[in-house]
Amino acid sequence: MKAVVAVKRVIDHNVKIHVKADQTSVVYDNVKMSMNPFDENALEEAVQLKEAGKIKSVIAVTIGPDKAEDVLRTALAMGADKAVLIKTTIPTNIINIESLTVAKSLKKFIEIESPDLVFLGKQAIDNESFETGQMLAALLGWGHGLAVSALELKDDRTIEIARETEQGLEFLSLKLPCVITTDLRLNEPRYASLPNIMKARSKPLDVITPTDLMEEYEPRLDIIKVEPPPPRTTNGAAFISLDKAVEKIKQARS
Amino acid sequence: MRTLIIAEHTHTKLGKTTFNLVTAAKTFKQDIDILIAGFECDTAASEAASISGIKQILKADSKEYAHQLAENMADLVVKLAKNYTHILAPANTFGRNILPRAAALLDIQPVANVMRIVSPDTFARPVYAGNAIKTVKSKQPLHILTIRPTNFTAASRNEYDTEDADIITVSGTGDKGLSTYLRRVLSDSRHPPLSHAAIVVAGGKALASKTNFKLIEDLAETLDGAVGATRSAVDAGYIANEHQIGQTGQVIAPDLYIAAGISGAPQHVSGIKDSKTIIAINTDKDAPIFNMADYGIKGDLFNILPELIKRLKN
Repeated sequence: MKAVVAVKRVIDHNVKIHVKADQTSVVYDNVKMSMNPFDENALEEAVQLKEAGKIKSVIAVTIGPDKAEDVLRTALAMGADKAVLIKTTIPTNIINIESLTVAKSLKKFIEIESPDLVFLGKQAIDNESFETGQMLAALLGWGHGLAVSALELKDDRTIEIARETEQGLEFLSLKLPCVITTDLRLNEPRYASLPNIMKARSKPLDVITPTDLMEEYEPRLDIIKVEPPPPRTTNGAAFISLDKAVEKIKQARS
Repeated sequence: MRTLIIAEHTHTKLGKTTFNLVTAAKTFKQDIDILIAGFECDTAASEAASISGIKQILKADSKEYAHQLAENMADLVVKLAKNYTHILAPANTFGRNILPRAAALLDIQPVANVMRIVSPDTFARPVYAGNAIKTVKSKQPLHILTIRPTNFTAASRNEYDTEDADIITVSGTGDKGLSTYLRRVLSDSRHPPLSHAAIVVAGGKALASKTNFKLIEDLAETLDGAVGATRSAVDAGYIANEHQIGQTGQVIAPDLYIAAGISGAPQHVSGIKDSKTIIAINTDKDAPIFNMADYGIKGDLFNILPELIKRLKN
């Protein structure tokens, strides 16, 4: 068995977001970039399955410019056996390639690698579309599990998953191969230790040129503007007594 | 042309999000159809037919939709798509499971989490945990949208003298055989569901234990409200996952939101911005939650919550 994990390079989740004055995007210059946190769960799960002897190899893949190699090095340090950068010629000012294009490119890659399982985070913390995994599964003609917080490989043909919904957990059995999008509670991603970071340097990192996998990129959506959200209140909270609070709560109830 | 809404329902009951999506759909000023795909779902279909301003209900009543598995549902949406310029589903674990699949099969880039419809082809959506709002204009002939229900008011039902929409039967697309439903583990029923409660009481890590978190649940129960939590409270095991509010949890817009022991991290705040009134309780007067709350109570929640419960019960 083999797993492919698709990871995305995003602005680090601890960085405070600023919108550019010309409203074309958020500020990316001199901002720390990291692996999308949900993709860390995806990678961790694949590596744990490998350590448990359930799967043989884990391949990490990302789509982006040369710089995206850094998240692949992290993936290798976390335990991936091999990493592949699908290098884009898309202008680097387009940070978020549309998910339809990403799904199409990943589909071609996956058809070459033919894994049994594909893992992705359920959402990326930048564009927050919650859709790439499901789109990829559809294009491959595979089933998918969305927002998975527990899984168990039953045999080499089926996997049981629990997915998080607003009402509680839903348990499904999926036929392999399939796509799993991971939620934060699936596992606790490991930190890449220094020895493993050193070791990762000698692991294979292939770069595939975009002509192999990506057709000419034609965005389907034009970005009209990116703006900061309006503040909810202008002056902040009015501090009130407990009596007043009881009154306010009673008002809201009526 | 027409707009299609993929309705969330339990076969016997229509999901409340459908009413919000009808309001969103009305902005396109064209006929609106609602798809009820399920098994033995006559009741949900009749309920949908009673919403004001609906042209027709498409009822796909077939075994392969008994658990609304994404693979089967997406095929049905693809089959129906040619009659529509806009296809909408709620931006939650129901809609997100189905619509992106259908969109990919139709070679359409969907627009996720629409919070505002600027024009029939231009949509605003939050990105970066709501720290930026992105407006996009689609160049495609079909707009596949997941809509944030909390950003649109609920549509009303027909008056007595108005006729309900026609219910048209559409045939199923068969079972893809890619996934099988096993079971569901539902959360507590002591409180209303978070997504549509008028009052939400939420707690953060400051509650410090599962036992203490009962204070939040008790105040919620006193107010017939729902229970919410921050990610750290959920991760610490004080309360189940489905109570999580924010970037990685649910987006809510209750009439009243009471935040106790919540500092106000951007990831959490992105889920509560649309609440009508926010009351925050915190010992730290500089906590970021006070920048966006309407009212603040500075003090120890372990004193304040029991006192609030006592006074509100009287």
